[in-house]
Amino acid sequence: MNNLIVVGIAEMQVAESPTCFVTYALGSCVGICLYDPVRKVGGLGHILLPNYPHEHPNEKLHRYADTCIPEMVKEMEKMGCVRSRITAKIAGGAKMFNIASDSAFGNIGARNVDAVKTTLQNLQVRIVAQDTGLNYGRTVFFYTEDGTMVVKSCTMGSKTF
Amino acid sequence: MSIKDFSQLNDMHIDVLREIGNIGAGNAATSLANMLNRQIEMRTPVVRIMDIQDVDKAMGGPETPVVAILVELFGDIHGIMMFVAGQKFTKTMLGSLLGCEDADCMHLTEMQSSALSEIGNIMIGSYVSAISSLANLKINMSVPGVTADMVGSLLTVPAAEMGADADKIIFVEDDFENEQDVITANMMLIPSLDSLSTLMNGLGIAL
Repeated sequence: MNNLIVVGIAEMQVAESPTCFVTYALGSCVGICLYDPVRKVGGLGHILLPNYPHEHPNEKLHRYADTCIPEMVKEMEKMGCVRSRITAKIAGGAKMFNIASDSAFGNIGARNVDAVKTTLQNLQVRIVAQDTGLNYGRTVFFYTEDGTMVVKSCTMGSKTF
Repeated sequence: MSIKDFSQLNDMHIDVLREIGNIGAGNAATSLANMLNRQIEMRTPVVRIMDIQDVDKAMGGPETPVVAILVELFGDIHGIMMFVAGQKFTKTMLGSLLGCEDADCMHLTEMQSSALSEIGNIMIGSYVSAISSLANLKINMSVPGVTADMVGSLLTVPAAEMGADADKIIFVEDDFENEQDVITANMMLIPSLDSLSTLMNGLGIAL
């Protein structure tokens, strides 16, 4: 691969073909791959939490689903992408630990997935593939040549979307 | 008095946390030696306050396979304790406890996972009881959860569960030595910010 871009936790990157993005070891986090097939521009975001904390404002927009995804769409539009052509593939949002307690522990993955879906819906971006939930970690490769998302895990092998 | 950010901790606070780490890990090593019924020496633990993003680098990269045992803390303080063991540590423990020499860390049997959960529970328990008696706080623990997976996917769990305020965690790296070799394991204490203030107050340290 000519061009491999690593996207860390709470980061977001946008680039054009033939770039390949990778984000390692998504647990309860969600990886969002956006793609414009005509312009061959893709973006990958790795969010940690569902909603931006408006009561404690901070700089880290890419950490939250509801602020990272609009930023990513904006960047793509700057590069000539058209909103109606952009589609999304998402992965992650697992429940990594099953502990017995009275609290809501462990539901952050599901909340992340919900927030990602709501944000994409508000932006009118269609989800064309997803590999979310369950209980294992995932590494995501995203190819801007054709918009393929490959999800790898330690125990479940590799899946192509 | 309370703090808003881990970066507000000064050198003295960090020394206190390091000392807690020392005592907690010392207790945990004693428990480990008792369980395995063999001599376990502990090297001085390395205690660091670090960004959650950097912890997986310290453990060999985000995709390193590990076994993690996690408990939720509640009572006077709220937070998470996580015990993370690499493949070698896991194999050594399972060898001693169950006599299986070649356990596959990524495909644990129910018996192996239950044994590891118990080891983690006892080690975390002795760590937590050291803190709770030092600070005179009542700390309860949930039943542990045990998961084998990539270290990166496990470490973001405490970051996400503790919400936006816990960017940094207290990371204790313990090297345990038995007769043959050095086995490294990591103990992590991730208190909520409010709880960190409670903990410091309990230890008689002003923030």
